[in-house]
Amino acid sequence: MPLGFKRIKIPYLYIFISPAVILIATFFIMPVILTLLISFTGMDYKLQWNWIGLGNYYRMLRDRWAQLIMRNTIFYVIATLVCFNVGMALVISILTTHIHDKTGAAFRAAWLLPRITPSTVYIVIWNWALAPYPYGLFNWVLHTLGFSEVSFQKFNLKPIHPFIPLPWVWLWVILVNGFIGASFGMIIFTAAIKAIPMDYINAAKVDGASTLQTIRYVILPMIKWPILFVTAYQTLSLLTSYEQILLFTDGGPGYMTEVWALYSFHKAFAEYAGAFEFGYGAALAVVLVVIGLIASVAYYKVFRFRELMLESKIEVT
Amino acid sequence: MARVTEYIKASIPYLILIAITTPIVLMYIMLFVASFSRTVYGLVPDQITISNWNFLLTGYIQAPGTGQVEAGRYPNIYIVTFNTFLLALTVATLEVVFSSLAAYAISRYNFKGRNLFLTTTLILHSFPSITLLIAVFYVLNILGLFDTLIGVILVKVALELPLGIWIMKGFYDGIPWDMEMSALVDGCTRLQTWWKVIMPNVKGGIASTMIFAFLSGWAEYIFILTFIVSQQNWTLSMLVASMIGEWRFVDYGQLAAVSFFYMLPVVIFFLFFQKYLLRMTIASKGPI
Repeated sequence: MPLGFKRIKIPYLYIFISPAVILIATFFIMPVILTLLISFTGMDYKLQWNWIGLGNYYRMLRDRWAQLIMRNTIFYVIATLVCFNVGMALVISILTTHIHDKTGAAFRAAWLLPRITPSTVYIVIWNWALAPYPYGLFNWVLHTLGFSEVSFQKFNLKPIHPFIPLPWVWLWVILVNGFIGASFGMIIFTAAIKAIPMDYINAAKVDGASTLQTIRYVILPMIKWPILFVTAYQTLSLLTSYEQILLFTDGGPGYMTEVWALYSFHKAFAEYAGAFEFGYGAALAVVLVVIGLIASVAYYKVFRFRELMLESKIEVT
Repeated sequence: MARVTEYIKASIPYLILIAITTPIVLMYIMLFVASFSRTVYGLVPDQITISNWNFLLTGYIQAPGTGQVEAGRYPNIYIVTFNTFLLALTVATLEVVFSSLAAYAISRYNFKGRNLFLTTTLILHSFPSITLLIAVFYVLNILGLFDTLIGVILVKVALELPLGIWIMKGFYDGIPWDMEMSALVDGCTRLQTWWKVIMPNVKGGIASTMIFAFLSGWAEYIFILTFIVSQQNWTLSMLVASMIGEWRFVDYGQLAAVSFFYMLPVVIFFLFFQKYLLRMTIASKGPI
């Protein structure tokens, strides 16, 4: 390479990467460090750094709500993940790839709608759907179908079934989030199923396998890795999701549907008394970060993200 | 008889799909119907009217129960819409330009710190915005950007850049080096090559990133809620959220109309640019 070329390389490099680097450093890396630091302070709305060491973390251990909220979070993540982000996603992708292609795509498109709808509008729709008869959609449908004695309410604390001790309000929270969550896995699984060579499926059919057997013994094993990936990735996403719950129940009634991320938000920014506890809020957030980092390292090992980072394939010097 | 069993078997997937998908479709139909009716019972409009859309003529929404008092009005709908549009468009533009620039360098240069940069962006992806809200609040305060749309825009772009860079890098990696080489040999500078030779080849990727960033900016709620105080800086998400806040007293038809108005760009993208949306959903950092 001519020398002159090498000399102009550096300034251009700066033009290319500096906008991104400056923004990421200011509004991403710095906040990461600050969050950690703030979690060791009793910072409030005055934004003063009064260091209290591990005070916030001790407080968390004694916080009688924290235990309940941690249980809520674990339940919420597992239930939504199993029923929707993986479960429903599998059902939709397997079914839509087994029917007429265009029709299947239309069904998948419908499931994409909740994800691209602004969260506020999405919650308006849900509130409305759950409104009492005769206005609410669900109760109206129930009545029209003749189930006049049943009625849905958003904040129903009764168990959904005598044998299932899950309050109705939790069912709605899971549905609200799950209807958005299913589309991620749906897209990945659909791509993976479409990539399975038809020969395998035909071979199974020739050998006399039923549709269910083909799904169980051919399709599912072949999309094992996508399933694992979606499970891993979506666990993290669910763990830190709170926007829909904030708008839908605001963690209520009481702390019944409060999740960890929402608790951190409430401690820092809620409008009611005791708010602007930035120090404690940050400490709560750090817990999420630690869980997230441990999980990320594990995924990094499992999915060999390192492969993504191979040297740039064109050496320019 | 065997024929009938076949038909029944073939229709099972359809039946299941219809059963699980109907609620979603009905909910959106309900919103649409409600925006054009005085009262709606389930899906049945009571009286078809366009009065719910009056706010488009008058420019403001009167909170229910406040008569015609000016204090009872939400901020001007056109200002709010303009803010939302400005936020979404700026976020999308900055994100696309910055991420395609940075990704180009990463895909084509081998510089010191390249791996550090890639690893950092990857690790940053596991820091969801909730964990950073408090610290970002602090930074915005120090920079004097609290309660400004610029602040929200910069934060949003910064938080979405790492992922954008990774996606754009993937697109660049798929372009053969020979194309650029010939441009460089012909005397183009690096910047010219990027703009004239490479960018036209990643149009699809850019369109996807742009649409997705636009919709994400259009829907942004948490940052507005947390970092914006003044009503003149509100976006539509804030407007709709505060209308839900007064759920008991709200004019439902009007709420449906405003919500549907807010959804229009989403509907347009959904109907006409679905392939881009599908491609990008996988990359969504979204809540769930």
